[in-house]
Amino acid sequence: MVPLSHYLILAAVLFAIAVAGIFINRRNMILLLMCIELMLLAVNLNFIAFAHFLGDLGGQVFVFFILTVAAAESAIGLAILVVLFRNRASINVDEMDDLKG
Amino acid sequence: MTAASVQQMLFWLFAAVLVVAALRVITARNPVHAVLFLVLAFATSAAIWMLLEAEFLAIVLVLVYVGAVMVLLLFVVMMLDIDIEPLRAGFAAHLPLGIVVGALMVLEMALVLSRDFFSAGQFPAQPPLPADHGNTEQLGLALYGDYLFQFEIAALILLVAIVAAIALTLRHRPGVRRQRVATQQAASKASRLRVVKMRAEGAAAGADDGGQSAGGDADRGG
Repeated sequence: MVPLSHYLILAAVLFAIAVAGIFINRRNMILLLMCIELMLLAVNLNFIAFAHFLGDLGGQVFVFFILTVAAAESAIGLAILVVLFRNRASINVDEMDDLKG
Repeated sequence: MTAASVQQMLFWLFAAVLVVAALRVITARNPVHAVLFLVLAFATSAAIWMLLEAEFLAIVLVLVYVGAVMVLLLFVVMMLDIDIEPLRAGFAAHLPLGIVVGALMVLEMALVLSRDFFSAGQFPAQPPLPADHGNTEQLGLALYGDYLFQFEIAALILLVAIVAAIALTLRHRPGVRRQRVATQQAASKASRLRVVKMRAEGAAAGADDGGQSAGGDADRGG
């Protein structure tokens, strides 16, 4: 049998890859959205692994809600991306400095 | 070969494919390729979730994520005409930092996870569920029982997402001809039809002013 720690370390590797992806692709907004999806996938893997090894269905219910929120998030994020591209003809994150933060 | 060793082999296979796909997502030069590798990562995760006996969620991941969200992402990537070269300008400069941060995170988490608390002794392997165990049924009972309120909130979040996505991307371009049903229904005869009195042609030279045009002249207002 595959022990719990194997699943957890796999999820940790996936999460770290997503974080590294945010660092190295910080100009491309589409890739940033994809890295967030990868992070959520890693978190879901943790939830499901614990739900399995603890014999508790609550973890799977939580993954269900995370999937719902993630789908809503990506739909709204892509809508914002389309509007942004329509207004500026670019998705470069470096150029989004209108608020002078 | 025993069932346990088959499961172990499948786990290592899926884990390798998942990590390679995730690495290709963040390093692919073409954004379309990145989306396709993300699809591969999601499909492989669904297989891993199958190994963990979360069958319903694995199928939902394939149907909802690969089938809807990833297609939406692919659609947006292909629709926008993106010049990719300036976006990749800092790739080599940020690469060492990304590798260091990623490696550090993996190291830290591996240190934590390899402690005794998460060992196989603390979390013994669960016996496989019986063949007639319905994961979908159990999840449905939980969702419509204990988690009913949260389930309704999730439905509301999806509704908000639909409204927000449509409201953000809807635009009225000037000069586009389209049907306005409400205006059509509200139109009355008086606003569209005007009867003009005029003299009859030809024979009217000697006639008096009482002659009326028979049909009237329909004039369409804008």
